[in-house]
Amino acid sequence: MNFPILSSLILLPTIGALFIFFVRSSNSQYQSSKYVALFITLANFFLSLYLWIVFDKSIVDFQFVEEREWISGFVNYKVGVDGISILFILLTTFITPICVITVNATIKNRLKDFLIAILILETFMIGVFCSLDLVIFYLFFEAGLIPMFLIIGIWGGERRVYSAFKFFLYTLLGSVLMLVAIISIYWITGTTDVIKLYELGIDAKYQNLLWLAFFSSFAVKTPMWPVHTWLPDAHVEAPTAGSVLLAAILLKMAGYGFIRFSLGLFPDASLYFVPLVYTLSLIAIIYTSLVALMQEDMKKLIAYSSVAHMGFVTLGIFTMTQQGIEGSIFQMISHGLVSAALFLCVGVVYDRLHTRLINRYGGLVSIMPKYAIVFMVFTLGALGLPGTSGFIGEFLVLMGAFKKNILVATIASLGVILGAAYMLWLYKRIIFGKLINEDVKKMVDLKRFEIVTLWLLVLPIIFFGFYPEPLINSIEVSVANMIDMNDLDKINKLALGD
Amino acid sequence: MENLQLIIPELFISIMIMFLLIFGVFKKNSSQLVYNLTTVSLVAALALIINLDAQIQSSLFNNSYNIDSLARFMKILLILSGIFVMLSSSKYIQISKISKIEYPILILCSILGMMVMISSNDLIVFYMGLELQSLALYVLASFNRDNLLSTESGLKYFVLSALSSGLLLYGCSLIYGFSETTNFNQIMVNTKEIEYGLTFGIVFILVGLAFKISAVPFHMWAPDVYQGSPTSVTVFFALLPKIAALTVFIRFLYIPFYELGDQWQMIIIFLSIASMVFGAVAAIGQKNLKRLIAYSSISHMGYALAGLSTGTTQGVQSSITYITIYLVMNLAFFSCLFMLKRNDEYYENIDDLSGLSKNHPLLSLSLLVVLFSLAGIPPLAGFFAKFYIFVAVINEKMYFLAIVGLLATVIAAFYYLRIIKIIYFDPEKEKFESKHNLGLKFTLVASTFFILAYFIYPSGIVDIISQININ
Repeated sequence: MNFPILSSLILLPTIGALFIFFVRSSNSQYQSSKYVALFITLANFFLSLYLWIVFDKSIVDFQFVEEREWISGFVNYKVGVDGISILFILLTTFITPICVITVNATIKNRLKDFLIAILILETFMIGVFCSLDLVIFYLFFEAGLIPMFLIIGIWGGERRVYSAFKFFLYTLLGSVLMLVAIISIYWITGTTDVIKLYELGIDAKYQNLLWLAFFSSFAVKTPMWPVHTWLPDAHVEAPTAGSVLLAAILLKMAGYGFIRFSLGLFPDASLYFVPLVYTLSLIAIIYTSLVALMQEDMKKLIAYSSVAHMGFVTLGIFTMTQQGIEGSIFQMISHGLVSAALFLCVGVVYDRLHTRLINRYGGLVSIMPKYAIVFMVFTLGALGLPGTSGFIGEFLVLMGAFKKNILVATIASLGVILGAAYMLWLYKRIIFGKLINEDVKKMVDLKRFEIVTLWLLVLPIIFFGFYPEPLINSIEVSVANMIDMNDLDKINKLALGD
Repeated sequence: MENLQLIIPELFISIMIMFLLIFGVFKKNSSQLVYNLTTVSLVAALALIINLDAQIQSSLFNNSYNIDSLARFMKILLILSGIFVMLSSSKYIQISKISKIEYPILILCSILGMMVMISSNDLIVFYMGLELQSLALYVLASFNRDNLLSTESGLKYFVLSALSSGLLLYGCSLIYGFSETTNFNQIMVNTKEIEYGLTFGIVFILVGLAFKISAVPFHMWAPDVYQGSPTSVTVFFALLPKIAALTVFIRFLYIPFYELGDQWQMIIIFLSIASMVFGAVAAIGQKNLKRLIAYSSISHMGYALAGLSTGTTQGVQSSITYITIYLVMNLAFFSCLFMLKRNDEYYENIDDLSGLSKNHPLLSLSLLVVLFSLAGIPPLAGFFAKFYIFVAVINEKMYFLAIVGLLATVIAAFYYLRIIKIIYFDPEKEKFESKHNLGLKFTLVASTFFILAYFIYPSGIVDIISQININ
């Protein structure tokens, strides 16, 4: 274990970014910069794939732990992975090269800067999922704002400035309280090392306030109702690659944070606040699904559907059952793939017609059959049809919820129906129907690189839909350990009066 | 007399002031030469100070002049900033036609005054240093005498500063009256119980000091003076007096009146919160970059004061760290400002930055880094500055102060983001000149690199600062 594989994962994209920054591209198209970025991100993907293969799924401890002194006597640079985080790292390194491939069509100006921003962002995203120290986590968590702000602001649509500001300030406001909480934890326990904190535990009398401070940050980032309003704006205005990264990975940071920190560090408080999370999650599922039904902008519709799907995730996490948490993680991975794919699909038609309004399209099936097929798969994945990865996640979450509270589970199931409604209706309006618009008739079917990127996403969605075992396998032990360690089951039973 | 070697840096600068004055008068057209000689003498003074033993602890002149690790560190900081200010603004003063021999000499006088302030352990010595630096600053502020704004700012600064000095002097006399001494250590011995006169004395002195670092509600001069003065003087204003005033704050609060913490703590907390919030809110509407940075520095002083308000060694160290990082960030910001030059004219409105990133990618990148750092976004140096402050503040369970401070950073982030928006998102304007002198480039590159790379080895500065003895 001498090779610092996690640090390499974190650093590699930054090195790539520096390389692109300093080395002049030979032509104005920045072709070589693109290849460098692609090479780096692919290398990172294979490195993380290797990590997943050598990762011992039967051990509960953190693996590949690296520790170095950083701020002396205070914070150590500490990274490591367990079953909960490894899949997110894999997701990150898988989605990023896809984003790099798409820049060809979507980014018209300052390509080099865009590639640098994406690479830097990848560093921060991987850092979030690896860090085993609260301060390091906060550092990566916040730092991701900078490249994302620039991606939305420089390469975004018409209202990009408004959206970029909203995104930045909302998230920053949410997370400042987390910083207070992190420092308070340091003074209460004397460490910010997550592993040590797991062992030490935090006194129950402090937990509620600390939990709320963390919650304020994660709730904004998830996003949960009612602080979700930045997301549709950010999604709509961001360029395709930005939307993909935002939906696929940035949102998952919060879900990951809920499991790792809210459940892991404050089990008593988590239990105390279960009703709050249930309520907000249910509102998110039902309300935003209804809102999604009414959207006329494709990206907005998918953005609202993301809020609804993340509602399932938070619901699942706070059932505090094996199935619920596993389902949430699975749902996050699946949503990462599906929403990324959906945004790519929107990007495909947007590049051709330069509008995202649903009613401008219609009848695409006759002129873009290849597109219709992949879009179909993603639609079904989003609504959770059995045989796609979306189903497994939602099913497990609902199973966990039924164990705990039948009413909550029933309401959440309604959300599944609504989800099917808005997704299928969207598909119908875009793909089927009459070909009325003259411009639409001129649209060409998928180009080669689009086929590659989209099918790369189709494969895992269907594969893990039929055979979720490899993913569940990696998560299982760690989740069970998390539940054991914090006696979540026992606490649950006491609370229910069994 | 063997102790005299401890104040060799001060003596050296005094001699250089006299020498340069005579030299400048007798040699014609020597303004540039005097300027360069001033820079060189600052470098020499820096070497002399670094030469002192790091753990030194002695007092001179009947215990009224302290040479200790705090003084040593702050003087190094002071002179380093002075050198960088000189390096970065040399071109500016030529083009703005304020290159006269008096300019560098006044800067040296002011630096000498600050060094006296930093080392002072006695109310009289402290006041002497304060006046020496202020008098030089009045003249510097109005140095561009043909410019209406500059003259106005000098006059405004003079009137208000004289008022605050008056208050400060009155406070000193009250303290002398109630403690029968002007020596800091002696005051501590003589004032074991609280008396009203003493409290008033502390308040008056704090008002005077708050004025010097432009803490709200004694900040009114700052925006006008920052905007009106020549930019080379503004950068001087933004950096050096803060170091000196902060050191005096530390000495004054932590030596004579440490025991009376209850008396001054609320005042400092109020100053801190008012500065953080007001500085952040008032900067939102600004159109002039210098004015904006004035409000931003008000807000930053609020954070430095928050560290002081804790009453712990850790708090003081966090303040010192904060001011160190603040200096670097402001230096980088002003270096960028010095680069906004076209046809021998400098631009200082926010709108002039519009679309800067298209024509000047590197300059914009530095500005981006500096602005995000000023906003306190990790992993840049500005985040760590705030982080240490909050660690110290929360350790004392002052949650209200911490939360207000953090919310103020969110407000402040808005106006920093606005500048970034103008640089990166807005349509481009005419190009600026891209040729700059080496000193300016070096300053910008060094300070930006510091901000960017700080996170790689954050304990470096903290370790040095934790060596400093406060009491």
